[in-house]
Amino acid sequence: MSGEHLLARTDEAQLYRELSRSNLVTTWKWFAGAGTLALVLLWGIGVFVYMMMTGMGVTGLNRPVFWGILIVNFVFWIGLSHSGTLISAILRLTHATWRAPILRAAEAMTAFSLMVGGLFPLIHLGRNWRFYYTIPYPNERGLWPNMRSPLMWDAVAINTYLIGSLTFLYVGMIPDLAILRDKSEGWRRKQYSILSLGFRGTHAEWRRYHRASTLFAILIIPVAVSVHSIVSWDFAMAKVPGWHSTIFAPYFVVGAIFSGIAGVVLVMAVLRRVFRLERVLTPLHFDNLGKLLCMMSLIWAYFYFAEFLTVWYNRNPEEWEVFSSYGKSYLPVFLLMIMCNFVIPFPMLCMKKVRRSIPAIFFASLLIVVGMYCERILIVTASLARRNDPFIWHNYFPTWVELSITAASFAMFGLLYMVFSKIFPIMAISDIKERLFHTTERAFGGASAEAIARVEEGEEEGSA
Amino acid sequence: MKHRWAMAIDLDRCTGCGACVVACTAENNIPVIGEEEAAKGRLMHWIRVNRYWEEENPGARATYLPVPCQHCQRAPCEIVCPVYATYHSEDGLNAMVYNRCIGTRYCSNNCPYSVRVFNWYDYRWEKPLDEQLSPDLSVRSRGVMEKCTFCIQRIRRVKDKAAGEGRKIRDGEVQPACVQTCPPGALIFGDLEDPDSAISRLFKDPRRFRLFEHLGTEPHVVYLKRRKGAGA
Repeated sequence: MSGEHLLARTDEAQLYRELSRSNLVTTWKWFAGAGTLALVLLWGIGVFVYMMMTGMGVTGLNRPVFWGILIVNFVFWIGLSHSGTLISAILRLTHATWRAPILRAAEAMTAFSLMVGGLFPLIHLGRNWRFYYTIPYPNERGLWPNMRSPLMWDAVAINTYLIGSLTFLYVGMIPDLAILRDKSEGWRRKQYSILSLGFRGTHAEWRRYHRASTLFAILIIPVAVSVHSIVSWDFAMAKVPGWHSTIFAPYFVVGAIFSGIAGVVLVMAVLRRVFRLERVLTPLHFDNLGKLLCMMSLIWAYFYFAEFLTVWYNRNPEEWEVFSSYGKSYLPVFLLMIMCNFVIPFPMLCMKKVRRSIPAIFFASLLIVVGMYCERILIVTASLARRNDPFIWHNYFPTWVELSITAASFAMFGLLYMVFSKIFPIMAISDIKERLFHTTERAFGGASAEAIARVEEGEEEGSA
Repeated sequence: MKHRWAMAIDLDRCTGCGACVVACTAENNIPVIGEEEAAKGRLMHWIRVNRYWEEENPGARATYLPVPCQHCQRAPCEIVCPVYATYHSEDGLNAMVYNRCIGTRYCSNNCPYSVRVFNWYDYRWEKPLDEQLSPDLSVRSRGVMEKCTFCIQRIRRVKDKAAGEGRKIRDGEVQPACVQTCPPGALIFGDLEDPDSAISRLFKDPRRFRLFEHLGTEPHVVYLKRRKGAGA
């Protein structure tokens, strides 16, 4: 246990050097990595332009499968975006003090996966160059977007969430930007001076900062829940067997948080390795996130079971055709989903040894991300492929065009994250310092444990 | 003048010959995409003839079901379009504005009849095939949805003619291409606002049924059930 508290004994300058390592040194490896990702991204952009110039015929889409893995990617990325801000907001409100080192990484992940995910509805448009028809701008014909369409709800929800989570990310970063301003030189100093908005760390500023971040945390939670509910309604509102289900909204929210936490674990493990943050991102954090993952895996399985059971028992032919196709053409995807979402990770995550071993929990999270991707493939494409009229049933397989764009989306996410880690504080320095300040180590017999002193809201007011 | 255009399809008469598909293709500037694309499930036909096999060989028997756009009164495609590219006209038609469509393809996902088709490419009519294009309606560009319009250009022409002559439209005066062509006369088209029209009678026929009636889309296309008996 005592290994985790090494930080408590380090002085501030050393703490800063350790936490900001990502900002301080840029190795050739970073350039090589960013360069590779940029190439993949460029390739994807090229392929997208080719698709736009030629027509959607270069994809594997057909009638009845009008939405393919471009929409799967959309749901996947929006799902990944779910954990970050939500976890960070919930942990902030519940005063979970262990949260400090994962805050920034998770919030940044939300922002970037939203940016990537939000592109897909535009990429998949037949006439992308006319995307602005969906924007309610005044025009001479008095045309307005159709607010009855779930796609419009989606556009509103995602933009709200993007703006909200960017603000949340930025406000949470102000004290850290101020620290960086004080410690850096040259263009970085100039940049941080502007971004830190003159934060000096006075008592009044801290009080305002705390009040603002609590307020944001409260406001962002309903937004986060609504976003994935609305993404689910893109499907659930439609007259498509397999989509039209009341369980979809909570089911999608659960799936989003599930894959999102797995995403946070993956990102954290990579950051820990690359920027040597072993002393900050300790097995304790992975253990706690592992417990959350374990629970989400169970909830996910329960939802899936509930959905499946009602359809299986009812045998409504339209819906049953969709579900029975999971056992036929979609069997590999179905098995992969069940194995990766529940059968393998659930027992793994029940074990403390696995949760505390970073390679093991990394592996489990990777499985979950793959499994959740498969789940979305099944939801989006399998339901469309077995629509009401058996005469038009048709299977779907993505082409190199869609796969290239998918690869490019991962590259774009990676690149955004890499650039962010170079320019902005990837670790919430001030939160970590605050936590260390509150923490003392107490000996209980032979063992030692953390004791945390926290000022209650009311007392803080009184003392000010 | 108020109209409510509707179609009846008599399955007792339909032989599954596919003449309606050909007529529609010629009338509405529908691209012919070739075998390879058709195998990918990208036929552009606005009306298709579904074929269902009733038994295995031998003694296999096919049933045919021509499916055009059902012009639903409560059309699921209309509410989901984010830009109002598909809407309900005053005549009860489910209309498409190609210039407004941005190609989200949500309408086609929400159509239980899957009658909407998408322009996967910019289809070309090489010379001299371009001579066959009808000047009455546009050739659609890549990335937009399209579907059966009940030959709206023909409806317009008859409307103008009747208005010019200062009279009402006669029953049977408007004939979409498929109706005009159907050799056994299985397709009947008309105005439900006219109580004496053939279509108004057929809408009360005891053999009538609608496709996926339980979905509550209230289609303007009714089917007349096949009668069992000699030759059926």
